[in-house]
Amino acid sequence: MFKNKSTRLVAALSALALVVAACGDGGGGEDFEAGELGAVTVESGESIQIRSLQVLTGPDATLGIPEDRAVRLAVADYGQIHGHDVEVGTGLDDLCSADGGQAAAQTIVADDQVVGVIGTSCSGAATAAMPLISDDGMVMISGSNTSPALTSDLAGTAGSDYHEGYYRTAHNDLIQGAAAANFMFGELGLMNVALIHDGDPYTQGLTTAFENAFIELGGTITVHTSIPKGTTDAAGVLTEVAGSSPEGVFMPIFIAEATAIAQQKGNVAGLEDVVFMGADGILSPAFIEDVPESAGFYFSGPDVRFGENTNEATEVNAQEFLDAYEAEHNEAPTAPFWAHAYDATTLLLQAVESVAVVDGDTVHIDRQALRDELDSVSGFAGIIGTLNCDEFGDCGAAAITVIQNTDNVYANATENVVFSYVPEG
Amino acid sequence: MLPRQVAANSTTTTSRTRRFRFNWVDGFLWFIRVAAIITIVVGLTGTIQNFMAGQGPSVEQWRDLFVSSISTGAMYGLVALGYSMVYGVLGFINFAHGEVFMAGIMVGWIAATIMFQNGLWDGNPFLALAIVLVVAMVTSTLIAVLTEKIAYRPLRGSPRLIPLITSIGVSFFLQYAFAGLFGVGLQTYPPPPGILSRDINVFGVPIEGTKLLVILVAILAMIALWYFVAKTKTGRAMRAVAEDKEIAGLMGINVDRTIITTFAVGGAMAGVGGLLWALLFRNVQFITGFLPGIKAFTAAVLGGIGNLPGAMLGGVLLGLFEGMGPLLVLDGLGIPAVSQLKDAVAFSALILVLVFRPSGLLGERLGSEERA
Repeated sequence: MFKNKSTRLVAALSALALVVAACGDGGGGEDFEAGELGAVTVESGESIQIRSLQVLTGPDATLGIPEDRAVRLAVADYGQIHGHDVEVGTGLDDLCSADGGQAAAQTIVADDQVVGVIGTSCSGAATAAMPLISDDGMVMISGSNTSPALTSDLAGTAGSDYHEGYYRTAHNDLIQGAAAANFMFGELGLMNVALIHDGDPYTQGLTTAFENAFIELGGTITVHTSIPKGTTDAAGVLTEVAGSSPEGVFMPIFIAEATAIAQQKGNVAGLEDVVFMGADGILSPAFIEDVPESAGFYFSGPDVRFGENTNEATEVNAQEFLDAYEAEHNEAPTAPFWAHAYDATTLLLQAVESVAVVDGDTVHIDRQALRDELDSVSGFAGIIGTLNCDEFGDCGAAAITVIQNTDNVYANATENVVFSYVPEG
Repeated sequence: MLPRQVAANSTTTTSRTRRFRFNWVDGFLWFIRVAAIITIVVGLTGTIQNFMAGQGPSVEQWRDLFVSSISTGAMYGLVALGYSMVYGVLGFINFAHGEVFMAGIMVGWIAATIMFQNGLWDGNPFLALAIVLVVAMVTSTLIAVLTEKIAYRPLRGSPRLIPLITSIGVSFFLQYAFAGLFGVGLQTYPPPPGILSRDINVFGVPIEGTKLLVILVAILAMIALWYFVAKTKTGRAMRAVAEDKEIAGLMGINVDRTIITTFAVGGAMAGVGGLLWALLFRNVQFITGFLPGIKAFTAAVLGGIGNLPGAMLGGVLLGLFEGMGPLLVLDGLGIPAVSQLKDAVAFSALILVLVFRPSGLLGERLGSEERA
């Protein structure tokens, strides 16, 4: 093939041209130099790319769909950044599992125009997604991950699953565990509580946080057991729990397993007077309204009494958001983290706008500068309150409330606040 | 192959090597048997001690757990019948049987929801349940027969690994077909009609209505199946085909029709099992058939593959091991949070039964090809 001298010359010149084309212009114009994580260049007419990664299908979809919608409303409210539109693309599904998070993260990092991700819904998915997203230099801000392992122990030690580039506007579950423990011990006067998790980082993190707080208050944990995900026959778990004679049960698990427990607890002797409490994983109409046996349950979750709080980037407050959400989707949000997802999105967009280097019609976004900007967020006024990011990514305004479901109507339950908790300091 | 068989077949090795292999493997198996017995005895003693000291579940709680476990086991037994029958006749494990079971529950859910909405569910519960039963049975039978005709018939005569792999493919096809039809969320049956949610007194022991119904229906189905297989002409044909397909064909039995009947009966039993699932657990989604399918297959092996009473016994025993095993044995050993080990206990029980009795509890019934 290369025997002819002129063919060889043409081949060599073509190869040289290809090399020059590939090596040229990766970093942009003359003034801009990308940092060590690289940068995203958005040419004239292109959009700035972010992604939404929430649980969109399966029994937990009611938890993730409101967040995905909130991301899109936030992007619409924020408007353009330096003359470029912001595009969210198709929503990615984290399936509320490590497999889902990993698969979605692989899709995201394959596209190097993506600047940041708002997600995941479930802590288990984030545990698998973050290594990929962090290694690729991107940032991820979650509106609903609460596992302490993803950030820190709030005392200066990084969590076992912490990766650079991770932030969240939701609370750290060390706070929620303490809130639930204070409620059961202080408000309800229960001394013996049984704990049920499902092996996932979020549920196990929360029961461990509850256990530590409850024992410190002076109570006892009668049994700390787990119901494996996908279990439909709860007889064994319920008998084990009933056999330990608890006064209360704290089960911060997800909808499918909680449904099995609620429906079958009537079959086990000894659980008639026991108080049942769940957390934000089942704070959804799919459990509160569709499972009549959930009447009487308590739920801990983020404080959604946002009052007049206004997001400083879009000047939208909670009521305006809810009206816009209802107008577009004909229903109220089915889970409490919509405001956290909204604030997370505006945080990201404002940080992008701040660090973007404008070069005529082109915009360069340096990834390291974006992380530095998010690390230094302080006093940002969001719908959920004032946001300050600590060194491990916890940015949320931590306030927890406990509500009770008395009549299987979601709207009534979310307003039926029986206890509220804000950590000291 | 068992160590004794290995030793007996190795006629070409020197007698010194033969003796060495015989002792080592056999000794290891005996070690496992003794260790298992010791673990179980120690665990049981621990649990009894806890019970005497007033800790752990009370008598009522043990009783409720026992009833739950038996009723779940009865359901596993019915699904296991399908696995055993197909293995006995065709010699392969039909992994799609779990999805046949799921199909009955899913379509039965439509019927149950309609009847709940027009009031028949609470008004005339037994009629409503009978209708759901018929719908579930018809659906399961239809799916079973269709899979036989489309996926397995063309593979008759090929090496036994091929239909096995096909059945895995059919299983995934059915799962995702139903996911497409019904969505991936949970479908919930209406709550059991009032008459069933109460406790009914049986010989002075209060048993919950649904569990009692489950056990009764399972017993009736088993009797009906026994009568069908032992006393009718078609049943005799099924037994003959299971014994030796070729000779049965030569004797004038329509082998194809008999095999379809086998699949149909297995499907019908899975449909009944599906109704029992709906009564016990009330929720179904497209992956519901997977784990119970594996457990039912385990139950069939436990009781002796190919053996119908064995399948039923295996099912009930598996339900008992899985439901009561963790609390009965593991709790006494001091292991915390034992309920999450339920599945581990169920499958360990399978391994232990096979270590003690490799052909299953009631002995396996294999066709002539497998016996070679």
